[in-house]
Amino acid sequence: MKNPAVIEVHKLSKRFGLRTVLRALDFRVDSGEFVALLGPNGAGKTTFLRILASLSRPTLGQVRISGYYLPAQAAAVRCRLGVVSHLPLLYGDLTAEENLRFYGKLYGVLNIDRRSIEVLDLVGLSPRRRDLVRTFSRGMQQRLAIGRAIFHNPDVILFDEPHTGLDQDACVMLDSVLKEVASLGHTIVMTSHDLARAADLASRFDVLSRGTITASVHRSEIDPDNLLAFYRNAISQA
Amino acid sequence: MNSDAQLVTSDAHQTASDSPLRSFLRATAAIIWKDLSAELRSRELLSAMLVFALLVILIFNFALDLDVEARNSVTAGVLWVTFSFAGTLGLNRSMAVEKDRGCLDGLLLAPVDRSAIYFGKAIGNLIFMLLIEIIVLPVYSALYNINLFIPGLLAVTVLGSIGYVAVGTLLATMAVQTRTRDILLPILLFPVVLPVLLGAVKGSTFFLEGREMSDIWPWINLLITFDVIFTAIAFMVFDYIVEE
Amino acid sequence: MESKPRFLSILDLVSLTLLLVASGLVFFYAPMEAVMGQVQRVFYFHVAAGWVGMLGFLVAAVAGIFYLRTNDHKWDVVGLSSVEIGMVFAFINIVTGSIWARPIWNTWWTWDPRLTTATVMELIYAAYLMLRSGIEDPDRRARFGAVYAILGFVSVPMTFFSARLFRTIHPVVIGTGDPSAQGTFNMTPKMLQTFLFGLLTFSFIYADLLWHRVRLGKLNDKIEQKKLEAIS
Repeated sequence: MKNPAVIEVHKLSKRFGLRTVLRALDFRVDSGEFVALLGPNGAGKTTFLRILASLSRPTLGQVRISGYYLPAQAAAVRCRLGVVSHLPLLYGDLTAEENLRFYGKLYGVLNIDRRSIEVLDLVGLSPRRRDLVRTFSRGMQQRLAIGRAIFHNPDVILFDEPHTGLDQDACVMLDSVLKEVASLGHTIVMTSHDLARAADLASRFDVLSRGTITASVHRSEIDPDNLLAFYRNAISQA
Repeated sequence: MNSDAQLVTSDAHQTASDSPLRSFLRATAAIIWKDLSAELRSRELLSAMLVFALLVILIFNFALDLDVEARNSVTAGVLWVTFSFAGTLGLNRSMAVEKDRGCLDGLLLAPVDRSAIYFGKAIGNLIFMLLIEIIVLPVYSALYNINLFIPGLLAVTVLGSIGYVAVGTLLATMAVQTRTRDILLPILLFPVVLPVLLGAVKGSTFFLEGREMSDIWPWINLLITFDVIFTAIAFMVFDYIVEE
Repeated sequence: MESKPRFLSILDLVSLTLLLVASGLVFFYAPMEAVMGQVQRVFYFHVAAGWVGMLGFLVAAVAGIFYLRTNDHKWDVVGLSSVEIGMVFAFINIVTGSIWARPIWNTWWTWDPRLTTATVMELIYAAYLMLRSGIEDPDRRARFGAVYAILGFVSVPMTFFSARLFRTIHPVVIGTGDPSAQGTFNMTPKMLQTFLFGLLTFSFIYADLLWHRVRLGKLNDKIEQKKLEAIS
């Protein structure tokens, strides 16, 4: 039977020089879950996500994604991983299509043309596919970024505060894409400051405070109105 | 939880299971293609480098006030100062594009060998530098009435550019990750790349003067040695400067 | 806090003694050179300082390689210390060279290959320090420093060898060279002894200073650590 856990983190610690940012962090995500990772600024959310994304190495501890260890089997992990950060990771002087094709080549995707059409449809950018990305609004760039992240159909997608800098309408559009992506069965971890949005999207809420996970609760176990209280309580624990 | 729940509308997403070499080459080619396409569209980089190069030559014209005799001995130097400075513009811009929009992370996220990133950027930078040289050489030829189209001189120019770009790409990748970015690259680059400048200038001058090949060979050997050694070193250390 | 190791104190004493003896040799033991006179005595310190300048470079590059392989912070401290010390001695080399040059060549400076290489080396040292100062993250700072130290170390000999293809007016005291180079002289046995002793002395001084500087670096790290612990 296949191991349902897609992300397994065991006693992860990360130090920058003399400063410890993450300490003995344990974290586990099963296939298909949508985890909202909440926490105050400086708690280490971005650092944690970068380690999961294989962009940063753990100082101590174990990280496994889809059964492969980081950093030793990073290449295998990268095939199965997609990342959306608050920077678009897109080339302004290329068209939407060209951006997707470029990443498709890097990931070795076959049938790049067909896949481009599919993905652009999914994120609602088909009519703009021949336009240069630097003409896109921030919301559109974020949606294209999601397209880039799912292009190679990864097991896991990581989102680092994807709603940053978006207006209401753009947020609503982004959320519908996020829900669509979740419904396709991808496992998602999303860091966020926006509790209301997280409450709407996620199936599980974890709180990262002072370098470690202090609380974790499933959607079914908590009333969305109580989310704020839950959060406040979790970050007050050292 | 049903692990087959990953519904996809088709199988278009499937990835190739290649040999490492093929995926390396594919990634390198993709990066070169990406840089060339983007530049072709905006032409910002090339026009900036070109205008800058022509301005430098203009300044030399007034600063040095050369008579015909002196020109022959100074031409190679003037050309290479021009190429060096225009080159740093190109290197800076090429890496800044990656850094500013987080694209460097995008490249690092992909399952490609890090040296493919180095190789792709370096070859792209080399192509830009050669494009500038292809334009500047005829212009200089015409302005100063010197024939620069000697095969040996062109070969030396190419060898020098390779060495310059091999080290320059590596150092630019470092410089772009620091606070002092743009000013730092020339400071890091010029002292280290001096053997290339020496070799290229001396070699070019000797070709212009029509010297014996036996005189020129040591300089060509120097250039080739530099190119080989520094490309090898760059391959070995590039991982360390992009990984965290 | 550890107190100063006894071996280091002994090394301090040895270095100081060697320096005094070497100075004595230079001024009283070594004969005066026929053509150049007293100013030639600068040569002993000049070359020794240059030697340490290059040694510093070598150690920094090796420390850089070790750091990249082991990720052990102490190699970074060694590399940085070596660069700082090497930079000072390379500067001494250039200045003493100038002092020697003025009466002999009638100029403070000339762009001949050996001087050019010395300048280049000094500039690479400076660039190393500038590179480090522009980076916040200590790990990245160490990695970049290590890489640049390696690059610099490989390129300097190339600059030197390429310069050797030129004709030079710099005295070639050791090995074959152009006899028309001004200021060349042959060393008598007493001169050779003084010269070698000078090299030895400066090597000891380098090791002594390096050890002190590395200690300083480690103590500095301890302070940073305590500061961080105090805040959190």
